[in-house]
Formats: sequence, structure tokens, C-alpha cells
Amino acid sequence: MAKLSFKNVKHSYLANPQNPSDYALQDVDFTWSDGGAYALLGPSGCGKTTLLNIISGLLKPSEGQILFDSTDVTAMSPDQRHIAQVFQFPVIYDTMTVYDNLAFPLKNRGVDEASIKQRVEKIAEMLDLSGSLHNRASGLTADGKQKISLGRGLVRTDVNAILFDEPLTVIDPHLKWLLRSKLKELHQQVKRTMIYVTHDQTEALTFADKVVVMHEGQIVQVGTPTELFEKPKHTFVGHFIGSPGMNIFPCKIFGNRVMFEDYALEVHGEISEKLVVGKAEVGVRPEFITFSNKGIPVNVVKVDDIGRLRIVEVRHKGQSFKMVLKEGEAIPDKDVHISFDVNHTHVYCNGWVIN
Amino acid sequence: MSIKTENNKAWFLIIPVIILMGLNAFVPLMTVINYSFQETFGDNVFFWEGLKWYDQILHSDRFHSAFLRQVMFTSIILSIEIPLGIAVALALPRKGALVSLCLVLVALPLLIPWNVVGAMWNIFALPDLGLLGKMINGMGIDYNFTRDPLAAWFTTVLMDVWHWTSLVVLLSYAGLRSIPDAYYQAAKIDGATNWAIFRYIQLPKMKSVLIIAILLRFMDSFMIYTEPFVLTGGGPGNSTTFLSIDLVKIALGQFDLGPAAAMSLIYFMFILFVCWIFYTIMMKDEGK
Repeated sequence: MAKLSFKNVKHSYLANPQNPSDYALQDVDFTWSDGGAYALLGPSGCGKTTLLNIISGLLKPSEGQILFDSTDVTAMSPDQRHIAQVFQFPVIYDTMTVYDNLAFPLKNRGVDEASIKQRVEKIAEMLDLSGSLHNRASGLTADGKQKISLGRGLVRTDVNAILFDEPLTVIDPHLKWLLRSKLKELHQQVKRTMIYVTHDQTEALTFADKVVVMHEGQIVQVGTPTELFEKPKHTFVGHFIGSPGMNIFPCKIFGNRVMFEDYALEVHGEISEKLVVGKAEVGVRPEFITFSNKGIPVNVVKVDDIGRLRIVEVRHKGQSFKMVLKEGEAIPDKDVHISFDVNHTHVYCNGWVIN
Repeated sequence: MSIKTENNKAWFLIIPVIILMGLNAFVPLMTVINYSFQETFGDNVFFWEGLKWYDQILHSDRFHSAFLRQVMFTSIILSIEIPLGIAVALALPRKGALVSLCLVLVALPLLIPWNVVGAMWNIFALPDLGLLGKMINGMGIDYNFTRDPLAAWFTTVLMDVWHWTSLVVLLSYAGLRSIPDAYYQAAKIDGATNWAIFRYIQLPKMKSVLIIAILLRFMDSFMIYTEPFVLTGGGPGNSTTFLSIDLVKIALGQFDLGPAAAMSLIYFMFILFVCWIFYTIMMKDEGK
């Protein structure tokens, strides 16, 4: 087991990358602490899988170094790195039994029969596969197969980290939930570093202690689910996490005052004109907007009832805001104004938070 | 009005198919069956002979040895072409600009008409002026496929391997291409050797196309006629007289229509039987 560090890692799939947009991964500098449960969250094409394949050694980065503790593993092959990876689609060896599938990585490493047997049985029990150990693996359902893929990673005692590349894509919804809690439980049992790639925020937020949000080949924020929700460092995080996403709208900054149209806004922390170079925006989550007597006058455009909550869309001139109303909260008939929760109103410059 | 009567119209639409099938399958087959139970001396006069021709063919040494030669030939070419085809498919590039070039080159022998293949190899292997024949003789080995049965077999087998390995290559290659990258990545992470990757990933994933390849190669080689006919004419002696060459000799050479008909039916039933076995194996696997 080891801590995993990325030192200025860049990767491009092109032979001669010219400008930043040619890189699938742009300058990642990050340390994954030993035994952590991480989720790597981001939209399709943001570089999640590239990052994962670089950790496992399936890809060699164009630039930079990867360290396991203090050992440079950048040039090492996947099996030398002691990494396990579970792929989007279950990979099983069709002709083997469940037992042989689980034993395969150990057999390849020349482990003796008795230890293999003991290890496989232990892991099978953890994964609830004991009953079908001697069946052909090809006869299992998708979730059973995915458990085998996972088991092949767990069975090895030398594994530094287990990587998951959207492992629940092909699993039925009701089993997804079960497998996800199984993963969480396994993490607590084995205490290995687990990195879980997904584009589904629910999956990321339920699995991980720390969520790493990626956008256009960069890590934009690392934090606990609460941090990501309450203080997004980047407008992308605000927008991508939460449903509906954060309201982001343009503002002007004069001295230490933040103005939206003709209205002064109170925001979290100190703000100063000097910090702003470029496009200034304010971000407020729909959960932190309330109706009030004064503030920004708006018209109610649309109300969506989604069960326990209502999502209300209001508009001031051309700018629309989404807000979340709890059950029973009334929508005023006339003279509608909205105000923002000071502690959750953030100012962004060129996408990055500044207050 | 019931749905059944309405559907009767559909029968009109399949009349062309029925006529076509009748003319090119049913009628010829019935003619052969008809011949196989009778004796004729021409003038459309027939005498009922029952199972006499079948009995004769099944107990004839000539049929036995032709059948044996046929089985030997098919086994030899299958045991060479299948492993060789897989090996070539594994060696082909997986992606890049070279892929199409390689595939075209590999497929080339398949595009040559069978009698041209026979003629080509006949000239190629001639001991006095053929490139291959002269070369082998030049190495001090006495090689003459028109005189020596072993040389004739060697040449026939080599010709068939040259002509048909490509088919196995193309089918295996298609099978290999259908394996997702994740399998290779997982195998790398599991520390699998190249042999283990072949044994546990590539071979199982190629299984269904390989069964098709074996089936096709079995049928074609078991019915082989044109190429050895042009190359050796079944000789020297009877050493390369395979079933179909023998059949043509009986039917058109000796004009023994009864025995020839019985022989072709036995021949046909045997091929059908082996194909049925393959089909059963294939379907058994699909069901899982």
C-alpha cells in the first residue's frame, strides 16, 4: 500500500501536441492519500478514464511523473505497479469457473495452491460468491460478472489501489444500489485506496470520502460532498453538482461592492475590485434563494413539482433563476422579490471563486 | 372472415421460390435417387435393382480407398490451415494504415478461380521448368509430382494450404477484432502471459468463428475436385483420386449411372452428417 502522487502529469493522444486543447489531461498535480475512497467525477470526455489508465499503467503520460510513495513508477507496466482495475463492462474469462477466474491473477504470479485456495475463498465470501464458486463464470448475471472483475482485484494481497472505471454502467438499477453499498463496505474492510470514476453525481457522492471533480482535462476541485455543494471552487462544479445546478449570473464589481443590474448583493467573505481580471459572475445554489419582501424583483415563469420539493423558475429582465422550495412554502402572488443567503453567495472570476 | 383465408395470398408470392428450389434441388436430387435404385442400358429403359448399388459401393475396395484418401486429405489440410490461419491472424496488425493492405494481400488467393489455381500450381511445380519443382530438385531432392505419389500429395496439400488458409485468417481476424480492449487491459493487470491471453481470451472469443472456419474448410476440402483434377488428374495411379474425382470417373468415364448415383448419395449423406454434428455443437453453445 502506498500513497499515490502525480507530479505535473500531462497526456496527449496526439504525437505532437501544440496547444492546451490537444491535451486530454492538462497538468495534473495531485496526491491520493493511502486508503482513501475517491470518486473521480466529470462529464464524458473530461479525461477521467485517461487519468485512471495513467495510474494503472495502461497509458504512459506524455509528460510528468507518477510516484507510489517515493518510487517513480512512470515507466512501469501495469502488473509491476500492483494496481487492480475494474472496467465499465465486466471482463471475465469465459471458459473458467468462478474460482479459476478469481485465482487467475494469483496463479500468474506463482502463488502456491494452498494460499490461492484460502485467499479465493475469503474473497468469494466477501462478495457473496461462495455458492457459485465452481460454476462456469459465463453463466453469471452482469452484476455477478462485475463482482468477479472486482474480486480479481481484491484477491491480490499486494494491491496498492483499486480503480473502478464506471463499473455500474451495465448493472440494473436495483442492483446498482446494492453493489454500491457493497463497495463502500469492502472499502471499510480492506482499507485500500479506491478510485471510482463516474459521471453520475449520486454514485460519486455516496461512494466517496473525497470527490475529485474534473473538467476539460483538469482537476477543478477536490473535496467532501458537502464542500462541493456549499462552496464550489469553480462554476463548473456549481453547475455539474446539484440538481438543478447552481445559478450563475454576471455581475459588476465596484470597490468592494458586488452589483447585479441595479442591485447590490451581499456576498460571502471579502471582495475587492483588484481581484477581478476578466469576467465576473455570482453563483448561488437554488437551495439558498428565498422569496422576500425586498431584493431583486422577479416574475415567476415556471413551477415544477418534483415530489417533496418544488423547483421554481423566476426571471428578472433577461436573467432567470432557479430556486428550490420545500413542501408547504408558498409562492407570493404579486410583488415577488428574491434574496440570497449571504454565506452561500460566491463570486467567480473567469470561472474560479475569488471570495 | 378469418385471418387464415387472407393469408393464403402469400402462397402466390413464394411460387417463384418453390419453382426455383424444385428445379435446382428437388428434381436433380430425385433423379439421382431414382438412378440409385435402378439399372439402365439407355433408351430410357430402367430395371429395379433395390439396394444393390449401395451394397456394391459400400463393399467396394475402390470406394474405401478413395474415402480413406479423402479423409486423410481433409484431416491434413485442416490440421495445417486452422493453426496456421490463427497464427497469421494473430500476427496481422490490429490497427493502422497497414490493416487494409494486409487484408487485401491475404485475401488475394481466394479470388483466383479454382481451375486457374490448379493450372498455376501444375506449372509452378513442374520438375523441369516450374519454379518450385526446379528449386526442390536443385536442392538435391528428387521431386516429381507426376511420378511420385508422395510428391503429388505434398503438392496438392501445399496448393490447398496456399489457396484456403486465407479464409481461416480472415475469419479468425474478424473474431479477434471483436474482442474489446478492456479484456487485454484486464489481462495485463492480472499479469497474464501472452500464452494465457491466447488460451483464455483470444481462443474462447474466436471459438464460434473457428467452428465456422472448420465447417467451411471441411465441406470444401471434402468435395474438392477442380484443383487436384487439373494438377494431378488423380494420379500418379490412383494416389490423389479423391471421392469426387472417383465419382466423376464412374459416372462420366464408365457411365455407370446406378453405382455413381448410389455413391453420390452416400457421399452427400456423410457430408450432411458431419455438418449436422458441427451445427449441433454450435447451437449448443449459443443456447448458453
